[in-house]
Amino acid sequence: MFVRLSAAIAVVSLLSSLALAEDAKLTDPQIAHIAYTAGVIDIAAAKQALTQASNKEVKAFAEDMVRDHEAVNKLALDLVKKLKVTPEDNDTSKTLSKNAADKLAELGKLKGAEFDKAYVANEVAYHKAVDGALEITLIPNANNAALKTLLQTGLKIFQGHEQHAEHVAATLK
Amino acid sequence: MRSRWIIAIAAAVMLGTSFPAHAATIQIIMENLEISPAEVSSKVGNTIEWVNKDVFAHTATARNGDWDVTLPPKKSVTLVLKRAGTVEYYCRFHPNMKATLAVAP
Repeated sequence: MFVRLSAAIAVVSLLSSLALAEDAKLTDPQIAHIAYTAGVIDIAAAKQALTQASNKEVKAFAEDMVRDHEAVNKLALDLVKKLKVTPEDNDTSKTLSKNAADKLAELGKLKGAEFDKAYVANEVAYHKAVDGALEITLIPNANNAALKTLLQTGLKIFQGHEQHAEHVAATLK
Repeated sequence: MRSRWIIAIAAAVMLGTSFPAHAATIQIIMENLEISPAEVSSKVGNTIEWVNKDVFAHTATARNGDWDVTLPPKKSVTLVLKRAGTVEYYCRFHPNMKATLAVAP
């Protein structure tokens, strides 16, 4: 119950921070920064899971997250370099990072099966929230066609991870 | 790999020997997290070649447990079809990637 509630709060706070950002109208350098930050956050969460998780499937999932998000972020870095765009830090990225740091600290206190459940539940919630953000805010606001295409690929990856996380969550019950 | 086949076939033609006509290879592309074509009909003895054009690893995992092929980024993997039946498969890493393979006897 606690896990589910905190996951729900994470989604709400992520969505509201993105809703705020929408009012200010995001630029491409900001969108690139947010998308990259979202990947970095999930890599950090996965690295924590690799040291703290006890379940084999949860560890394998965490490995998949590190591999995929590093690959997406490499594509993102290559693209911004090609476009000569410098990703720009912004309030949404800052809120995302702050929430993620809090989550890391919260999960850091858990052990064993308790950690596994909380990590996977947060992965489901986090990917769901990022999917929503990509669909509602980031993709529609992206101006550059190549950036839009990359975000669309990112959306498919994140949706895949969400389903994968749901599958892993089901095996933990 | 393909040129070796061409040489083998050419050699067989020149020698006048006949090859079994039914051993075909069908390519299925995985690109941008999509499997294309998503529906393929083939038959036992044929080879499926999955080509992963993404920078992400994928799998072709049969829901009935018949096979589980891992496709590293930018690599191709082949599988010879041994059993008839319609097999639904997906990518374990990205379960939103789904496809069907109908294998005739």
